[in-house]
Amino acid sequence: MSNATTTIAPPRSIGADRLRFYGMWAVAALILLLLPRLFSSSGSLTAFSLVGISIIFALSYNILFGQTGLLSFGHAVYYGMGAFLAVHSMNVIAGSKLPIPLPVVPLIGGFAGLMLAIVLGWVSTRRAGTVFAMISLGVGELIASSALILRSFFGGEAGVDANRTKLFKFFDLSFGPQIQIYYLIAAWLFIAAALMYGLTRTPFGRMCNAVRDNPERVQFVGYDPHVIRYLAFCFSGFFAGIAGALAAINFEIANSAYLGAAQSGVVLFATFIGGAGFFIGPILGAIVVTYLQLELSDLTSVWQLYFGLIFIGMVMFAPGGIAGLLMKHRPLLRAGTLGSVIPSYLVALIPTLAMVAGFVLAIEIIVRHTVMANESPIVNLFRVPFDTSKALTWIIAAVLLFGGYLVSRWTWMRMAHAWDRAASIARDKGYMA
Amino acid sequence: MLELIVISTLNGVLYGMLLFLMASGLTVIFSMLGVLNFAHASFYMLGAFFGYQITRWVGFWPALVVAPLLAGAIGMAVERYGLRQVHRHGHVAELLFTFGLAFVIAEIVQIIWGKSPMDFRVPAALDFPAFTIFSTNYPAYKMFMLLISAVIFLALLIVLKRSRVGLIVQAALTHPHMVGHLGHNVGRIFMLVFGVGTALAAVAGVIAGPALVTQSDMAGLLGPILFVVVVVGGLGSLPGAFVASLLIGLVQTFAVSMNGSLASIFGPLGPDHAQSLLTDVWNVTIAQIAPIMPYLLLVLILIFRPMGLLGTRES
Amino acid sequence: MTAAIDIQNVQKKFGNVSIIRDLNLTVAEGERHAIIGPNGAGKSTTFNLISGYIAPSSGNILLKGETISGLPPYQINRRGLSRSFQVTNVFANMSVWENIRCAVLWATGHRYAFWKNIDNLPEVRDRTAQILEDINLTARRDILAGLLTYAEQRALEIGITIAGGAEVILLDEPTAGMSHAETERAVTLIRRLTEGRTLLIVEHDMSVVFGLADRISVLVYGHIIASGTPDQIRSNPKVKEAYLGEEAA
Repeated sequence: MSNATTTIAPPRSIGADRLRFYGMWAVAALILLLLPRLFSSSGSLTAFSLVGISIIFALSYNILFGQTGLLSFGHAVYYGMGAFLAVHSMNVIAGSKLPIPLPVVPLIGGFAGLMLAIVLGWVSTRRAGTVFAMISLGVGELIASSALILRSFFGGEAGVDANRTKLFKFFDLSFGPQIQIYYLIAAWLFIAAALMYGLTRTPFGRMCNAVRDNPERVQFVGYDPHVIRYLAFCFSGFFAGIAGALAAINFEIANSAYLGAAQSGVVLFATFIGGAGFFIGPILGAIVVTYLQLELSDLTSVWQLYFGLIFIGMVMFAPGGIAGLLMKHRPLLRAGTLGSVIPSYLVALIPTLAMVAGFVLAIEIIVRHTVMANESPIVNLFRVPFDTSKALTWIIAAVLLFGGYLVSRWTWMRMAHAWDRAASIARDKGYMA
Repeated sequence: MLELIVISTLNGVLYGMLLFLMASGLTVIFSMLGVLNFAHASFYMLGAFFGYQITRWVGFWPALVVAPLLAGAIGMAVERYGLRQVHRHGHVAELLFTFGLAFVIAEIVQIIWGKSPMDFRVPAALDFPAFTIFSTNYPAYKMFMLLISAVIFLALLIVLKRSRVGLIVQAALTHPHMVGHLGHNVGRIFMLVFGVGTALAAVAGVIAGPALVTQSDMAGLLGPILFVVVVVGGLGSLPGAFVASLLIGLVQTFAVSMNGSLASIFGPLGPDHAQSLLTDVWNVTIAQIAPIMPYLLLVLILIFRPMGLLGTRES
Repeated sequence: MTAAIDIQNVQKKFGNVSIIRDLNLTVAEGERHAIIGPNGAGKSTTFNLISGYIAPSSGNILLKGETISGLPPYQINRRGLSRSFQVTNVFANMSVWENIRCAVLWATGHRYAFWKNIDNLPEVRDRTAQILEDINLTARRDILAGLLTYAEQRALEIGITIAGGAEVILLDEPTAGMSHAETERAVTLIRRLTEGRTLLIVEHDMSVVFGLADRISVLVYGHIIASGTPDQIRSNPKVKEAYLGEEAA
């Protein structure tokens, strides 16, 4: 490594930091409040509600993954358990006319997730790393499969439904309309996110990071890594349960799909794509993935394939996720050199997009010739119709793909050079190690 | 009763051998490369589908040879161009890569072949009853499957114990870093091991395809069981994988053929017990919980013997 | 007075191979005790046995009169014993400040507290700052530990070891790989930081050993062949034969 940095960047004042911190949370609250005013269509409200639930779920997942280094393939069982208990309690509350309003139900879901995590957690967290991942997969499958056997609680294939409007009226709100559900979710999102963020600033939260980085050394400074992992597991289950309960309230149903491997996969996907190394990562990832799920499925029948390819691409080239990529630029921003790399990014964008377009076209051509052989051969890419049965389309796809790749490579090199230059300046100024 | 036991044992051993064909490749890949190949069951599926397609075009016997080679070649390419790239980001990234790969392979198979089961038939030459036990005909094809598995194991054992490559692999099983220090081309060995491991899974797929169902969700159904096998056996232990494969193969096969439930032993619950959790548990048959038995075994092992039955290395 | 560390008839076998045979060692409270010996003698294994990384096959290890053999490392650490590692074992992705802070948390009684804000704990902050001052890394407090120079990482390693305030400190080859000047600085640091505590140190550098230690034990093939003051060891014929070598004629 180079000789020690001789300059250290000027420290920011604590006052300015505090202002930024509380300011960000205030802005977030403001956005949550005003969002329905800006986009009031029912489609938007539904999308926002789904995103909100997804964010809580992804943040809960990151307590395990990003903070404590535990990769779980079975996190959905805590989400699902929260959903099922929420639905059952809604039915019980409505049936027995108990004075418990709907906004309290997510807490019941959280409790369910917490209880399950307490029971399963000690055994699950005995080992870390790859073994933990496999255990989480096995335990997840165990519970998801049990759901179809224990029909009285899980309702079999159809699941269990409830009516959210039948509960004790909370300030005269029936919680029938989607806008009220949105605000319920938004409120819980704010609370849950604040709590989860607070957790990262506690002694326990810091030791979670230590366990992630070097579980061996943690033992020699007086901590039992198993206990830390177990506690993280319990917290994670609690917040996942809240998310599941909100989902059950939103859809007024809970079924075995909530518990399954597919749901576990989606939250892993969202957290990773967003970036596990930063608190804001899962938030970004949840937003991106939820929108991809909603929009892509309309555009193409093989949207799941694209999901998988994007995931693999990120694992290979950007394992820090979107947040990681953005944060890499922060030293450049502080050193004032961000502007110098933007032009090369823009230049690289065009051939890269062309290459991606060619790739997508190629996939769609193959799809039209296999699975969708009986359907229309027309594909709409950026609103331009392409007839996949014509040879011309194949040629266009090939040119875009290979030509785009060749040109892209050259632009990527320029990008790398620009980055190096900007980074060296940032390093000299002390903003980067 | 005896008939049931004999048939179930045969079937259980067969299932266990298939599991071991896959688990052995998975264990060797894990021991050498340090990565648990989440996509291993996907290569099993590729073997089945390639086998099916090649059988349709050419015939079963060429398929038996070509399909695993094809899958193994894909495996080698995956290692060379994919896994090796990801290696520097750590084991978690490698596991995630193989996870994404499993997903993508499943999607591609679905695109090309669709979601319905394929009509992958037992080759005519083997479609006869091998022998008759009591009143049941035991198909020759299953004996063929047993034979192929046994032959492959023998071949693997000989290669591992007697050949130079086998010696290197054995060394790398416990000390992967040293192998590089000794001057062997570690990259090439890794590629070879990954290719052979995935080819083994594919062989299991080709021979299991006609007997079990060849469908695009094969990998998703068998994958978790495969990982249970390696965790129960002890991650990194080949003998452990063997014992666990047979154990799970036998347990699941016996469970499926049993119709017992608590209700059948102790009698049904009184009519005043409405549909509840208790009645669910009381009335569920062993056959119904057969699919989740491997996971129950996993939880038991984790409680009582967390390093696995014959576990050696920590992951 | 109870010995700080008392190793009684400890044996450690790996499979059929005895790495540690019949080990007996007593370290008095406040003593600076060095273990020397040829490579492969079992010095690191001895540390691993004392600190709980591995359990002895037979025999007893006592810390201040209480049996610790068989306890997990974190419990031994909580009873007042802390060790450093020969291969630097820090939290590479955390800053220097956070590294030390992690080592301070248990000792300051915060344990698994998930309800307190760590930035509002003045005793944690002050203690961390103090340790950083002691190891001369205050200027580097925000640098990621993985990016430090080798000597700085070794200093951080020692810092993490003493941060918890343990009375018994085990240092495993703290000056390994250091230049002459760096070694001198490290020795001064060690002497200052272990003032009033019990120190057990494994070292190859004889100048460090003879300059720092009150007593020296010589470990050969898992067995202590001699134990005494530096002068006694220097003139011990068995030691010369096994390790220090004869003077050239």
